[in-house]
Amino acid sequence: MNDENHVTLPDNSARWDDACLAAALFAVDPVGSGGIALRALPGPVREIWVELLRELLPDEVPFRRIPLHVADGRLLGGLDLAATLHAGRPVAERGLLAEADGGVVQLAMAERVSRSTAAYLSAALDNGEVQVERDGITARTPARIGVLALDEGANEEEQVPHTLVDRFAFVLDLGDIRLREAVPSDIDPEQVAQARRHLAAVTVDESALEALCGTALALGVDSLRASVAAFRVARASAALNGRDQVAAEDVSAAARLVLAPRATRLPMPEQPEEEMQQEPPPPEDNQDEQQDQEQTPQQEMDKPLEEQVLESAEAAIPPNLLAMLQMGAMRQRSKSSGKSGAIQSGSLRGRPAGTRRGEPGAGARLNVIDTLRVAAPWQRLRRQERAEQGKDSNVLVEVRRDDFRITRYRQRSETTTIFVVDASGSAALHRLAEAKGAVELLLADCYVRRDRVAMIAFRGPGAEILLPPTRSLVRAKRSLASLPGGGGTPLAAGIDAAAALADGVTRRGGTAVVILLTDGRANVNRDGIGGRGQAAEDALASAQAFRVAELKALVVDMSPRPRPDAETLAQAMGAVYLPLPHADAKALSGAVQAVS
Amino acid sequence: MPLAFPFSAIVAQDEMKLAILIAATDQSIGGVLAFGDRGTGKSTAIRALAALLPAMRVVDRCQYNCDPEAPDSGLCEQCRERKATGKLKARKAQVPVVDLPLGATEDRVIGALDLEKALTRGEKAFEPGLLARAHRGFLYIDEVNLLEDHLVDALLDVAASGENVVEREGLSVRHPAKFVLVGSGNPEEGELRPQLLDRFGLSVEISTPQDLKSRMKVVRLRDEFERDPPAFVEKYKRKDGKVRRQILNAKDRLPDVEVPDAALERASELCMKLGTDGLRGELTLIRAARAFAALEGDDSVTDEHLKRVAPPALRHRLRRNVLDDAGSTTRVERAIEELFGE
Repeated sequence: MNDENHVTLPDNSARWDDACLAAALFAVDPVGSGGIALRALPGPVREIWVELLRELLPDEVPFRRIPLHVADGRLLGGLDLAATLHAGRPVAERGLLAEADGGVVQLAMAERVSRSTAAYLSAALDNGEVQVERDGITARTPARIGVLALDEGANEEEQVPHTLVDRFAFVLDLGDIRLREAVPSDIDPEQVAQARRHLAAVTVDESALEALCGTALALGVDSLRASVAAFRVARASAALNGRDQVAAEDVSAAARLVLAPRATRLPMPEQPEEEMQQEPPPPEDNQDEQQDQEQTPQQEMDKPLEEQVLESAEAAIPPNLLAMLQMGAMRQRSKSSGKSGAIQSGSLRGRPAGTRRGEPGAGARLNVIDTLRVAAPWQRLRRQERAEQGKDSNVLVEVRRDDFRITRYRQRSETTTIFVVDASGSAALHRLAEAKGAVELLLADCYVRRDRVAMIAFRGPGAEILLPPTRSLVRAKRSLASLPGGGGTPLAAGIDAAAALADGVTRRGGTAVVILLTDGRANVNRDGIGGRGQAAEDALASAQAFRVAELKALVVDMSPRPRPDAETLAQAMGAVYLPLPHADAKALSGAVQAVS
Repeated sequence: MPLAFPFSAIVAQDEMKLAILIAATDQSIGGVLAFGDRGTGKSTAIRALAALLPAMRVVDRCQYNCDPEAPDSGLCEQCRERKATGKLKARKAQVPVVDLPLGATEDRVIGALDLEKALTRGEKAFEPGLLARAHRGFLYIDEVNLLEDHLVDALLDVAASGENVVEREGLSVRHPAKFVLVGSGNPEEGELRPQLLDRFGLSVEISTPQDLKSRMKVVRLRDEFERDPPAFVEKYKRKDGKVRRQILNAKDRLPDVEVPDAALERASELCMKLGTDGLRGELTLIRAARAFAALEGDDSVTDEHLKRVAPPALRHRLRRNVLDDAGSTTRVERAIEELFGE
């Protein structure tokens, strides 16, 4: 690979070798190792790898593909409608997972798999069987499987669900491996077949176990599933090499392949910074290790097994671990803060909420199973009827119009919009009046959306709920008829009151959206005492507490010349900042509808 | 059902194990919720419960596991008819631990028309669902926070009334369905609705052990189990038997365990201090302390018992405090410390 024109490109051959090794180890024990998450765009490199795996898997091992949007019935098994209609009695259909018992299922585009499909796979991986309770069928079928999850995620946002990855032994990334590096592997299918037979006889001694568990701890790999998987992979590695007992190399390979990709911290906290900057040495594979030991034979011999293993694993830790950790933290944050948004987009279509009588068409979907269920009891009667009428009575199932059932979808959960209005100072009256207008506009519109509105004002010593959550326009008009304004700005009290009210709303299963109208300049602290410094500090503290509750919020600054105070506040609250100088009720309600 | 990992082979996780023992001793406490990270053995511990439960007496040939000693109101229709015409025949049966798998459809949970009978014989018959099977036992929901909303509604309704009413497809059936909810989930996947949260008597937070020795033991035992489940279960049979006897003894002892006024007062104070919602917290705290005392072989409830069970009994009932970022466990512990000294 030392082509002079390409010296600057990193050498990935060791990584490719590791990927091939993982394929072989997976082929030795697909069920025991749970699965492989393979991150790579579709292309020749991935094809070569998958081809290798299929070659290594013995012919008798079942291999099934799961399409991305697989129907639950097909995955788990359920009622075989065609056969049921033909036979005139319920006929169960075996699901893909049951068909793959003892073998491998390949999951395409695993980064986009639905949460429920991921949960079914996890359950099958945990229990080694599928339990079906659907369509009038109760069944348990064995489904001991290994999963090959093809992850085509292009960025950090797209990833295989964590529930699945946690149950997999291997996490591979073929991302930067070039085609000419993907050389054919010299692992022989016969070797794998032998290893499969030999696997049960391999023993693991205490020192190997200690080295694996110690390495997992040192790398901050919390889940014990990873340790169990590493243990099994070490055994598979020993079997692959024809050993009766797990040796140091096997433990190293397991740590490198299973534990290193899951590291959440570096083993030695003193030197992470420099380490991070450098390109890590290429991870050694089995052959390289030998050379390594030759270079420093003395030292290597003296080191306890755990340290050797740790070193080997360290070398395989992704070079940008720190950056990835930060990304991970951010991702979690963004995921949770976007929670209500996610629910919303999912519920545009709504959750299925049972079925009702009705005719398909115009967006309504026929629920075949329920339709049949309704039709079923009448079949005998209808057949008799037909016979009496002299019609052909050999129809197996006669479905009439009355039997049609369509799937009902549930509307999204109720949203409560909470206006928190800064009623202090000279601009108070303007802000209050426009907020009131917006409340009325929203309520008029809410009649259709079945949403609620509340209003809190803060001024002088504290905050006051002017309008408790309501759907009634009349009540809102009455409560907001006279609005008091002027005085100091107890921003902290206002935010606290909003958070408490929003908490109540979420506890009742609703979604709360908080609209804070302020210029962000506090001058009354939490205890109701004046003073800019303490007041601002309290406001920020309240804003941070607000952020923890992860509510959807919007800070609207209506002052003619917006200053940065409100924007800082919005950031602290995890809210969207919107400067709207000279805004009126209409603009305000428009903005609110855009966020909620 | 595949063989479950034996309860007595579970390493560490003391709070979890205690909560399960308490729930098995006094079913009226209302179940256990186990929340924790991935790979901590939540479902392992819960699935192990089934093997620990002593047998119970049920009416022979009753599809709802009716209790032969129950008053008429606690019997299903058929058993009431049978009782009217003669004596109920009893037989021994395992206390059911029923899995509610994710993706179960509403008809299988609640019960629906028996398709087979309808299609082959043109007969209208009710086929009981999972709720019927779980009567007098436990209903386990893994990934409870991913459960579909309409199923949660159905569950809450039945759990509150102890009776399942089915009105669908021209069927009109009601049958008793009293069960203990047991759930597990990963908080990262989503939160639980407060109403459902409140149904669980005890909640435990699980994390992986951080010491090398325990972790090694877990890996070793887990692997041993999965390689040969029957042999492994056999190996722990005696230890599991001991746990089962402990539960049986505690059940016997339970009615005689005294709850002194001082303990009642303590419990109220603790709940007030934490500002828990409703009376359920206080009630659960007392009941759990009593069950714990019974398990320990003690005659009356003391501060020690209260202290041990307060975190699982109360941590999921705290109002979210806007100004306190501390986790609920810390808040309960802080309150205990302030109240009980130490």
